[in-house]
Amino acid sequence: MKRSARGAGTEASSGLLLVSPPAIYALVLLAAPLATIILYSFFTDGYLEVIREFTLANYWETWVNPLYRTVMLRSLLVSVLVTAATVLLAFPVAYFVSFHVDPSRKSLWLFLITIPFWTSYLIRVFLWKVILGYNGVVNSGLLSLGIIDEPLTFLLYNTNSVVITLAHAYAPFAILPIFVALEKIDRSLLEAGQDLGETKFATFCRVTLPLAMPGVVASVLIVFIPTIGDYVTPQLVGGPEGRMVANLIQLQYLRLDNYPLGSAIAVSAMGIVAIISLIFLGLTRRYLRAPK
Amino acid sequence: MKGGWFKLYALAYLVFLYAPIVLLPMFAFNDATVIAFPLNGFTTKWFSEMWVAPGLWPALKNSMIIAISTAVIATALGIFAARASTRYKFPGKAGIMGLIMLPLVLPEIIVAVSLLVVLLGIGVPLSIFTVILGHVLMTTPFTIAILSSAFQSLDRSLEEAAYDLGETPVSAFRLVILPLVMPGIISSLLISFTISLDEFIIAFFLGGTQVTLPVYIFSQFRFPQSVPVIMALGTILVALSILLLSIAEYFRRRGIAKSGGKDTGGFL
Repeated sequence: MKRSARGAGTEASSGLLLVSPPAIYALVLLAAPLATIILYSFFTDGYLEVIREFTLANYWETWVNPLYRTVMLRSLLVSVLVTAATVLLAFPVAYFVSFHVDPSRKSLWLFLITIPFWTSYLIRVFLWKVILGYNGVVNSGLLSLGIIDEPLTFLLYNTNSVVITLAHAYAPFAILPIFVALEKIDRSLLEAGQDLGETKFATFCRVTLPLAMPGVVASVLIVFIPTIGDYVTPQLVGGPEGRMVANLIQLQYLRLDNYPLGSAIAVSAMGIVAIISLIFLGLTRRYLRAPK
Repeated sequence: MKGGWFKLYALAYLVFLYAPIVLLPMFAFNDATVIAFPLNGFTTKWFSEMWVAPGLWPALKNSMIIAISTAVIATALGIFAARASTRYKFPGKAGIMGLIMLPLVLPEIIVAVSLLVVLLGIGVPLSIFTVILGHVLMTTPFTIAILSSAFQSLDRSLEEAAYDLGETPVSAFRLVILPLVMPGIISSLLISFTISLDEFIIAFFLGGTQVTLPVYIFSQFRFPQSVPVIMALGTILVALSILLLSIAEYFRRRGIAKSGGKDTGGFL
């Protein structure tokens, strides 16, 4: 490849110069604030102000108090369920768009899939309340069909409703990375598999699936990490049994004004998510090595 | 027929995705204060009530100021980052880009509370301005994703030709590169505008007493009698965002076609 006359040194410095505005912005408004809440999580909440003395009491409270521990474990469970549901349901759709849709119409399909993701998240969550509620779509439908005699009450205000609503909200996020991975698969590999006498299903299991794994791993992480911090869904459809860690953080910060404890909960949640993500990456590492 | 079952499944999946959005206009035009089935008859009164709803117009004004500022600032930052990452090699590139892209996966509540602590700590009063700071942070990764695909498909020899014809790097950027990535820029402006208009958590934490449209909507959910008006408002908002996204998609595709790239689909 032809290089321009300017040397590598100036290339590095112009690159750094160019990237500096967004980098400084992220450093000041993201990295520094994150460091601050980590610091705060080791301080003590005093009356009206934060006492700057090192303590582990907030973490003790977060991990030992059954109230906080239950919510933390529930958030984790919800995230795992949502991730599993989203990725499993999304895979066939991504497979269909990548392998069976005419190339000229692929962008249209992707566009149709992503649109709901960008439109009024709050109102979509609220509509799930309408769908699953006592007089909701599901109940009135089942009643009019004569399948049930009185409205089902287990649909709303519990962990189930939170999982359903979140799985719906994050569905498009799961499809895109899998689709991108499937698009990269060399189609001649699949033909080779079948020429060598494999059935279609065996080819899928032994060729397509392993090659699609990087996309599946990306989907899992892109759904799992933000889900654990979702505030709106548990607040609107979760009821008292469906509260998640974000509701707890909001409570500590905006209602109880206990920043150190709120920070400890937030940092713990981030830590758990980071550790689980790293373990997951470690387990799937053999699929992630670049082919060739 | 190829993919028969898959097609059926994919269509069912689309129905699942669109189910709540389809319900929205049904309730917006339904003549009943209770949001439930069966429907009660057609009315447009919720739309006319929307015009006089207290607090809605100030919230809309705040949201517009925030969304327009966010779109402009985030796209400007996105241009720098996308240009730097697609054109140059520099030390620490992966780390720097990773930090800038981090808000894409970080739970929003974490971004919101950490900014809240710092802003209150250094004594910045909460206002529209602090919401803009947070929204720019959240939307910049999306603008980079869109703009990178525009810059990526750019033919390097066009730029070199401009240098050979005596242009400086700045004038070559303005005269050659900028027109070619313009569709990507428009797409990025529209997407960041849409995200900001719809964002709730950061506006809720950092807005102080200044309410945005989503914060207003959230507060109205507590009053059952005002929910039909919110359904009407939601119908308009959803229609508006679908329109904006369609325009954004049009420009994104045109941008990729213009700079000679291949469409790999999707905003991400």
